[in-house]
Amino acid sequence: MKQALHNYKEKIKGNKWAPAFNAIHTFLYTPNEVTQKGTHVKAVDDLKRTMNTVILSLVPCLLFGIFNAGYQHYSAINGFPESFSLFEHFINWENFILGITTVLPLLIVSYGVGLAVEFVFAVIKGHEVEEGYLVTGMLVPLIVPIDTPLWMLAIAVIFGVVIGKEVFGGTGMNILNPALTIRAFLFFAYPTWMSGDKVWVHDAVNGVTKANSTDAISGETVLGYLAQNRTDEYAYSLSDMFYGFIPGSVGETSAFLILLGGLFLIFAKIGSWRIMLSGVLGALAMGLIFNAVVDFGWIGSYSKFYSLMAFDYWKHLIVGGLAFGIVFMATDPVTAAQTNRGKWIYGFLIGFISVMIRVFNPGYPEGVFLAILLMNVFAPTIDHYVVQANVKRRMKRASLAQANSNFNTQNA
Amino acid sequence: MSKDIRIKKGLSISLKGEAEMRTESAKESQTFKVRLDDFHGLTPKLIHKENAQVSKGEPLFFDKNNEEILFVSPVSGTVAEIERGARRRVLNISIKADGKNNCVDHKAFDFSGKNAEDVKQHLLKSGCWPYIKQRPYDVIARPDQNPKAVFISAFNSGPLQPNLEYILKGNEDKIQAAIDALNILTPGKVHVSVPNKEGSVFEAIKNIDLHAVSGPHPAGLVGTQIGQIDPINKGEVVWTIGAQDLLIIGELLLTGKYNPERIVAVTGSSINEPMYVRTTYGASLENTIESCGLKEGNHRLINGDVLTGYTSEMDGAIGFYTTQITAIPEGDDYEFFGWNKPVFDKISSTRAFTFSWLTPKKKYDLTTNTNGEHRAFVVTGSYEKVFPLDIYPMQLLKACMVKDLDEMEQLGLYEVAPEDFALTEFICISKQPHQQIIREGLDLLLKEIG
Repeated sequence: MKQALHNYKEKIKGNKWAPAFNAIHTFLYTPNEVTQKGTHVKAVDDLKRTMNTVILSLVPCLLFGIFNAGYQHYSAINGFPESFSLFEHFINWENFILGITTVLPLLIVSYGVGLAVEFVFAVIKGHEVEEGYLVTGMLVPLIVPIDTPLWMLAIAVIFGVVIGKEVFGGTGMNILNPALTIRAFLFFAYPTWMSGDKVWVHDAVNGVTKANSTDAISGETVLGYLAQNRTDEYAYSLSDMFYGFIPGSVGETSAFLILLGGLFLIFAKIGSWRIMLSGVLGALAMGLIFNAVVDFGWIGSYSKFYSLMAFDYWKHLIVGGLAFGIVFMATDPVTAAQTNRGKWIYGFLIGFISVMIRVFNPGYPEGVFLAILLMNVFAPTIDHYVVQANVKRRMKRASLAQANSNFNTQNA
Repeated sequence: MSKDIRIKKGLSISLKGEAEMRTESAKESQTFKVRLDDFHGLTPKLIHKENAQVSKGEPLFFDKNNEEILFVSPVSGTVAEIERGARRRVLNISIKADGKNNCVDHKAFDFSGKNAEDVKQHLLKSGCWPYIKQRPYDVIARPDQNPKAVFISAFNSGPLQPNLEYILKGNEDKIQAAIDALNILTPGKVHVSVPNKEGSVFEAIKNIDLHAVSGPHPAGLVGTQIGQIDPINKGEVVWTIGAQDLLIIGELLLTGKYNPERIVAVTGSSINEPMYVRTTYGASLENTIESCGLKEGNHRLINGDVLTGYTSEMDGAIGFYTTQITAIPEGDDYEFFGWNKPVFDKISSTRAFTFSWLTPKKKYDLTTNTNGEHRAFVVTGSYEKVFPLDIYPMQLLKACMVKDLDEMEQLGLYEVAPEDFALTEFICISKQPHQQIIREGLDLLLKEIG
C-alpha cells in the first residue's frame, strides 16, 4: 500500500490533480519529505496535528450536542423530568438517535461542502490543500441552531470559505474567522431561522405540539427570556446552565465541557490561555458594570434592558455562546492578535463587547460572534501598536547609545 | 563589568551520539578542499590556476569587494582542481598535499607600539581575517570599520555541540595573544561568555569582560549574548569570533605561521564511536570520521550541528568555521498516520499527544524527516517561547518575506543572524525555512543599505 501510493504520487507529480491526491495521501501517511536547507531535524508538530488536537477538544461538545438535541426535543413535548437522572433522561438511545439524525447531517454538509471548496481552490491555484478547514468544519455545526436547513448551511459554508478565506489567499491569510463568517452569513441572510424561540429545539419550527395539548412546542434560550424581561419563566437551574441541559446552538450549551476542552487546549499548548483568560475577565468586567448600574438604581425594572443588566455578572459565562466563542473561536491564531501582549487586549475586548452587545441588542441576544468578528478586524491594529512599542524601544536605545558616545568623545 | 546572564526562553535539543571526551588524530589527508560557500556573500577572485604550487598560508583568492581580505591555503601542495558550478561560479578548490609542509612565515607579532592598523594588516595578509565576522549582516567583518565591541561565545548549548572548555584547555597563551590583538582592534570591550567562570580557561585571561551564561539553547549563541550584554543599535557594528578560532589567530600571532588545525567533535546517532578528532581545515571528511565509524545505511553527513550546519558528502571537507561533524539517519520514509498518533520518540514543543515534555532528559534519535508539510504561518506565540531576543520573530520573518526594508530595520534585523532563527525553524509548525528567510533579508538589506 505504502509503495503503491508512493509510486502513484511520483507518477502524477506536476499534474493538475496532484494536490487533491496529495491531500488524501498525506492524511494517511506523513510524507517522506526530508529537510533541505536550514535545520536538518524538525520538531514533530505540524499543522495537521495541531488542527487534530483542536478537533479532539471539540468532540465532547459535539457528543453532548447530539444527546442534548434529543433531550430538549422530548422534554419540550413531554415536559422536563421531575428529578433528572443523567443516564435515564439524557444519555439514552432515544436522544442519541434523534441527535445523530439531526446533527450528523449538519456535520457532513459542513465538512463535505467546505472541503470540496478547498479542493477546488487547491486544484485551481495548484497549491496543497491546507488543513485550516478541518477545525472550521467541526465548529460550524456546533454554532448553528439544530434545525438549520442543510441547503442554507451549504450556501453559508461556500460563502464563508470563499469570501472569508480563499479570496485572502487561503489558510493563514484570512482576516475574519471563517466559521464565524459562516455564522454571520446565516444570521443576516436568514434571521428567522437563526433567532427567536422556535429554532433551538428540534421540530419546533414545524409546529409539533406538546403531548396532551394543542400548544406548539418552543424552546426559548435563557438569554431569550432575559431579553424579554421574562426572567421568572425559565426553569433552568444553575447546574442546568453550567452542564448545558438548556436550549441553544448545537454544541455551545455545556460550559462544563467547553471548560474541559479549553483546559485541554491550554495544557496541549495549542490554545492561547492569554486570550481565554482575558476574554473571561472582559466579560466579567462588563457584567459587573451592568450589575453596578442596576445596584445604583440608575435603571428601573421597566427598562427593556433590566433583566439582562441585572443578570449576575458571572452567569453570562455559562449561558449562550460566550464560553464557546472565547475558548474555540477567539483563539483562532490566524484571526486573533498575534503578539502576546496583543492577545490580552484582544481577548479582554471580546469578552467585554460580547456582554455589551448581549445586553443592548435584545432582539438577538447573542453578541459573541459579532464581538469576535469585530475584534478580528481590529486585531492587526492592536498588534501594530504592540509591535510599535518594541520599535520605539529599539529607537530609544539607539539614540541613547548615540548620546552616550557623543558625550564620551566630547570628554575624551 | 561582567554580568551573569540567565536565559529562560529556549529549548535544548538532546540527541544521541554525544562525543566522548577523548581525542584522536585524523588520518592524514592527501587532498584538501576549500569550499567557497563557507564565506557568505563573497565574490572571489582566484589568484592561482590549476597545477600551481602553493605553500601553507599562501593566498588562494581574495574578495573582489574587499581586496585586502585574503583567503589562504590550509596546506602546501598543488592546486589540483577548481570545481565550478552554474554560471562558472567557483564551488571548491582542491589542493593536493605534497607532504612538505612549506609554510609562509609572517614572523611572530610584537605587540609593543602596535596600533589597530598593524594588527589588521597582520591578520589580513595571513588569512586569519575571515575568522572575524560582523553583525549586522553576519558576514566577514569589513576591515575599515571600528566595532563597538567584540563578542566571543565559549559556551555551546546547541545539539551535540563540542565542549569548548575541553578543546581550549591548555591553550591560554594562544587565547591571550588573540584577545590582546582584538583589544587593539576595538575601541570597546572584548566580551567572552562561558557556562561557568570557575575553572574556565578564560579565568586566567586578561583584558576581557567575562560573563557566565546559563539556560537552555540558544543561551550559547553569540547573538543571544549580545542581546543581553550590549545590543546592537542601528549604525553600530560588533564583531564575533568562534572560540576555537582564537587558537588559530593566537598561534599565528605567537609563531607567525598559519596553522588551521582544530579539534572537531564527530557526533550523531549514525556514528559508531562519537568523539573528538584533531584535524585541519580543508581535510577530507572521510579521513576525519574514519576512526569514529559511520553506520551502515542511508545517513546524512552534516558539517556543523543539526540546526545550522550544511549537508556534506563523504568526499567533502572540514569547513572554514567547522567545529563539529554530525551524522544522522535520513528520514525519507512515510509514516502511517504520523500526524495523529501519540509520539514518544520525537521532540515536540507542544503537548498535542506528543510526550517529549514527560522526559526532558531523554536523548533522541531524530531523522531528517520534516514531520509534515510546508504551510503558511498559522500558529502564533510558539516562537516567542524559544526566542530570547527582544524581537518579534514572526513579524520580522514576515517583513523579510515581503521585503519591507523599513520594517526589517525597525524590527531589529540588524541584531540577528540566521542561526538565531534555527530554533524557531526547528519548532515551526508550518515548516517555514526561517534561516533562509532571515539570510535573504540580511542580504537584501546589505545590498540596499550597506
